[in-house]
Amino acid sequence: MDGFLEMFSYSFIWRAIFVGVLISACAALLGVNLVLRRYSMIGDGLSHVAFGAAAVAMALGAAPLGVSIPVVLAAAFLMLRLGRNTGGLQGDAAIALVSVSAVAIGVMFLSMSSGMNTDVYSYLFGSVLMLDNHDVLLCIVMSAVILICYLLLWNRMFAVTFDETFTKASGLNVDLYQMVLAAMTAIVVVLGMRMMGALLISGLLLIPVLSAMRLCRNFRAVTFAAVCFSVLGYVLGFLLACAFALPVGAVVAGVQVCVFLLLSLVVQS
Amino acid sequence: MCELLTEAVSYGFMQRALIVGVLMSLCAGVLGVHLVLKRFSMIGDGLSHVGFAALALASVLHFSPLAVSLPLVIAAAFFILWAQGHSEIQGDAMVGVLSIGALAFGMILIALTTGVNADVNSYLFGSILSMNKTDVVLSVTLCAGVFILYILFYQRVFAVTFDETFAQATGTPTGYYQAVLSLMTAVTIVVGMRVVGALLISGLIIFPALSAMRLCRRYRSVVIVAAVLSPVCCVIGLLLSFFCSAPAGAGIILVQLAAYLLTVFISILRGRSA
Amino acid sequence: MAYITCKNAAFAYEGKIVIDELNFVVHAGDYLCIVGENGSGKSTLVKGLLRLKTPARGAVEFGNGLKSQEIGYLPQQTDVQRDFPASVYEVVLSGCLNRLGRRPFYGAAEKKEALMRMEQLNILDMRRQCYRELSGGQQQRVLLARALCATQKLLLLDEPVAGLDPIVTGELYQMISKINRELHVTIVMVSHDLEGAVGQASHILHLKNKQIFFGTKDQYVHSPIGRAFLGGEEHV
Repeated sequence: MDGFLEMFSYSFIWRAIFVGVLISACAALLGVNLVLRRYSMIGDGLSHVAFGAAAVAMALGAAPLGVSIPVVLAAAFLMLRLGRNTGGLQGDAAIALVSVSAVAIGVMFLSMSSGMNTDVYSYLFGSVLMLDNHDVLLCIVMSAVILICYLLLWNRMFAVTFDETFTKASGLNVDLYQMVLAAMTAIVVVLGMRMMGALLISGLLLIPVLSAMRLCRNFRAVTFAAVCFSVLGYVLGFLLACAFALPVGAVVAGVQVCVFLLLSLVVQS
Repeated sequence: MCELLTEAVSYGFMQRALIVGVLMSLCAGVLGVHLVLKRFSMIGDGLSHVGFAALALASVLHFSPLAVSLPLVIAAAFFILWAQGHSEIQGDAMVGVLSIGALAFGMILIALTTGVNADVNSYLFGSILSMNKTDVVLSVTLCAGVFILYILFYQRVFAVTFDETFAQATGTPTGYYQAVLSLMTAVTIVVGMRVVGALLISGLIIFPALSAMRLCRRYRSVVIVAAVLSPVCCVIGLLLSFFCSAPAGAGIILVQLAAYLLTVFISILRGRSA
Repeated sequence: MAYITCKNAAFAYEGKIVIDELNFVVHAGDYLCIVGENGSGKSTLVKGLLRLKTPARGAVEFGNGLKSQEIGYLPQQTDVQRDFPASVYEVVLSGCLNRLGRRPFYGAAEKKEALMRMEQLNILDMRRQCYRELSGGQQQRVLLARALCATQKLLLLDEPVAGLDPIVTGELYQMISKINRELHVTIVMVSHDLEGAVGQASHILHLKNKQIFFGTKDQYVHSPIGRAFLGGEEHV
């Protein structure tokens, strides 16, 4: 127990908790819109793209974040656009298409340079305990931007998520809001990738929302509940992971899944 | 050029890779048509994560990976099928939950025991070039079985894919055929994971189907084109990867991507001239 | 013996009874039209008749040699069909699936049946065309041909003219009438379209979460319910 409490004297632990809470909150907010629009797997797809972009960046010796964010942004736009059923491509096929292509390209680039190394693994599985103050600052800024944007655009987001056609017909520039959502998702995925790893960030975007939907029946309640589940789940998962020396991303995702399963069994709608 | 080809094919590992690759991509190509049309494009991803959990479990229990992967992935495929019919959650959300849950479980298991090692590498990116004879025999048998089943059930697969309610209403036991399809999908993905790895398996499933659907308007034509295109791309991808010393899995997928973009181009040209 | 007999049947949706007190009979050669407002339980009843749902109460009996494989079904359109790559011929042929038994492939008899049905519905020349490229009315005719392949005896049509323009609607009704009279196929049709449907039918079943009328068309037209409904005086 002493060792456990002693942990809290380290600043990297506090950084990890702080960053995690912020990103979990943002992920939950965005996740509500993604899941309700039937884009549940977009987080998964984007995280694969993020991996591909990071791989290419590392192969070219460029800064991973600098390459990842624009590439993932572009991929998010592409997925949301292509999935509109124009040209005969469905939403999930669009996601799979873009994400698999990105990974293949990334792997190609990687193999042509240094090959697989621990850096790549940290992108796949997360490295939240290795964050520095620069990362924290970036995270604070991004999260603040996302939270403020989201609050200001709350009503429009709801309208577009609920019924895109009607909202477009009443004059709103739906495409713009699609792009804003895509951009925010891309940022959360890229930042979250550092934390949880590419393979698990999609869990943050999906599972707290599903848990919230089991409990609540209106949009505001679902959003609030999703954020709570996400943040509390992260903190609990983080503490457990530190206590048992397990990878943070995996334990947080595991906690979220367990919460969801529990709610599924207990709550009869 | 011919000497290069004969040289490549003379290697034992290349022969094994080509045989398994061709059969596996044949199965993935035809099943992909059904999966894409049923909005299950991401199922390869989800089931491969279950495969990861199975691998972790297998290494902890010291069982053969295939012996653990096959039943677990098949069970997961059935679970997804069940969840689709009985739960109010969307099908693809369930795939997501299963996928993340399995991955988290696998990672925790690995961390508790051995730690990350080379097996994870081959899981993620495929290890088709390092298959031994038993692997090949097993994979070939499984894929041949899946393909033969597919041919025998072709008409039923069509009916169930096009309009399940009608098939059920007119007396076809759709539950049974859905289960068979899940089984075939699971087996194909388990074998496919060896070939191109978990990160890329979705590609093998969707690309041939998407390419074929760009070109053809009839179901039978779509299936035939997918069945031909998939192994062709696989062979080209394997050979190119061999010559360029590139990872085989990524090479195959990139060739599939190129083929898809080609079909997009062709269909745009057709659109212009029509 | 009747093809279908409902005895005090009730069906539930998500645990709640949505349609109750069903007591009606369908005989061979009948043309039954099921009418009712939205939410009156029509779709649930359709599922019950297709044996996709079991009755919460009472019984639905099939007789006179009618087997579950012998009910043809014309559903409302589903999403998957709209962008599906399939030729008209493939779609119609798939109606013969319930006759295959253990055989993997369709034989000459099934193929002949499919071609015959397509000819009866005037879609033979479209057989190689892609289903998704047809107009709404043409697609309905393809699905009707498919339904006929699945049955000789009874056709169940769920809102067959929903979303079709008036001329196409009229043509479809004529086709259905022809099938009923000349091919001796029993028709059970669920419809919103009061005037058009009632005009063709021999019997009417009016639902409002329970059975509020069952009888011949003449009886309906002269009944208070029928007059109210057809006269437009009823507001729900």
